[in-house]
Amino acid sequence: MGEPLKFHFEVDGENFSSAGEASVMVKKKLRQLGFSPEIMRRVSIAMYEGEINMVIHADGGTADVTVSDTEIEIVLKDKGPGIADVERAMQEGYSTACDNIRALGFGAGMGLPNMKKYSDYLHIDSEVGVGTTVTMRINLN
Amino acid sequence: MNTYKHSVSLDESKCKGCTTCLKRCPTEAIRIRDGRAIINPQRCIDCGECVRVCPHKAKKAVHDTFDSLKAYKYRIALPAPSLYGQFANLDNIGYIIGGLKEIGFDSVFEVARAAEIVTAYTRLYLSRPGIVKPVISSACPAVSRIISMNFPFLCEHVIPLLPPVDIAAMIAKREALEAHPELSPEEIGVFFLSPCPAKVSYVKNGFAGESNYIDHVLSVRDVYFALLDVMRNLRETGTEDFTEAGMVGIGWASTGGESSAIFNERYLAADGIENCIRVLEQIDNEEIHNLDFVELNACNGGCVGGAMTVANPYIAQTRLQSLRRYLPVSPNRPNVSDIPKEAMRESAVTYAPNAKLSEDRVKAMEMMHDIESICKSLPGIDCGSCGAPTCMAFAEDIIKGETNADECTVIMRTLFHDYLKKHEEKAILEGLKPLVPKSKQEKNDN
Repeated sequence: MGEPLKFHFEVDGENFSSAGEASVMVKKKLRQLGFSPEIMRRVSIAMYEGEINMVIHADGGTADVTVSDTEIEIVLKDKGPGIADVERAMQEGYSTACDNIRALGFGAGMGLPNMKKYSDYLHIDSEVGVGTTVTMRINLN
Repeated sequence: MNTYKHSVSLDESKCKGCTTCLKRCPTEAIRIRDGRAIINPQRCIDCGECVRVCPHKAKKAVHDTFDSLKAYKYRIALPAPSLYGQFANLDNIGYIIGGLKEIGFDSVFEVARAAEIVTAYTRLYLSRPGIVKPVISSACPAVSRIISMNFPFLCEHVIPLLPPVDIAAMIAKREALEAHPELSPEEIGVFFLSPCPAKVSYVKNGFAGESNYIDHVLSVRDVYFALLDVMRNLRETGTEDFTEAGMVGIGWASTGGESSAIFNERYLAADGIENCIRVLEQIDNEEIHNLDFVELNACNGGCVGGAMTVANPYIAQTRLQSLRRYLPVSPNRPNVSDIPKEAMRESAVTYAPNAKLSEDRVKAMEMMHDIESICKSLPGIDCGSCGAPTCMAFAEDIIKGETNADECTVIMRTLFHDYLKKHEEKAILEGLKPLVPKSKQEKNDN
């Protein structure tokens, strides 16, 4: 059917208070496209968690969202420290966030588990010292 | 299709078509068309921001006048607690109650009293097992409206009880009918003395359900001026009237008052519409944990910051602090059983999205493609000169057929410069006069 829609966002690593802006923008687009509340919520929470991770651990990065007829794909790419043990990072409650990040209310170790919970497909491509690319897909059918 | 009545009017003779309100509208509901600010009633949440910021005083909050009292045999005033903070050096709220009875009202039911009933209910509701938390207050109509437009999952978080003013109206009307059996319900007029225009549209649009108990809404400002002289006299002669509200009810006038009264420290109280929207986004993203109650007020400072008040909201709050100091906490011993059944709701807010580009997904996708590509060609400086608040909103308006691409003054300026340059080259070749004099020297030569 139609050509997929692509949205690109730069996620600023310096600014905690603006973290989550890209997912708010995506939510607005999905609302305009008439998606159901459930889809909007899943995309927005999965993307928000990923966005926050990039701010906390990787000094920001980029977010690319593609909306096609069958799925919504979110690709979050950063040049951060990378994840040494992806399997361990997927466990609920596991976090490497430092104390002052936790003091802000982040670092509960729910980021990746939530991304898995709200997406239909999650793939993490990470290399220590190089960066991380997270791909999430949410089926529309 | 759309019958929503919003509560802001425009004085066309005063509107300069400047971009002040355009840029400040939190829902991008305003456009400048033919040099005048127009409001999209579907998007307007009646927060009153445009009324507050208009530098030319062209935006006015719509409300009823004292003339509307004439239609009733018996008139009940429902003063909002924020009214009490408008007067300097007031030491007894009784002067306001007594004053209201002298300016045309037969009885007074303080909204603060009903607020104490809502507080009692909120405490009970929060202790119920199985409710969705955080519970969001239903008091601010602008906040309720933005939740209904943009936050489907937060609708069920809003406490399923009507705001204090509706409960006040229900109880006051019932009491009046009991005290005056000779009157018919139509002969009794219920007047809310309101700090904000949102309550005006709330009443006009029947948010409170099919049977609305509030008949008219007067502005705190009008009431303030009507009361000044009367209250001056009362202060000399004294008054037998007194406030029936306590610290709790009057505290509702400013941000944090409603929350602090529920005796649960796990609350969040925010004000200012932009802050409220940000908090709602964060709750929606499950970003805020361990929270039981959320109080959101669209106006800075809370209801004392309403666009139909007189005093600076923070000064009003200070005055309320000293008025509350010697009052009992909650003198009416409010009981949840006082709440009229009609005030309970299955759900306080229903999701009603209105941002869809098209009912047809494929068509909506195509439109968004076009919007994105137009947006890329725009300067991205969000200057507002085209009449839309941002370049993105302008692109949307073009695709919706509401405006034309040549309204972009930045692009037009570039085109004009190109045109001038071409003309100039032609002029040199053909020995013609330039369209625009190049410098002072040339001007003098002419």
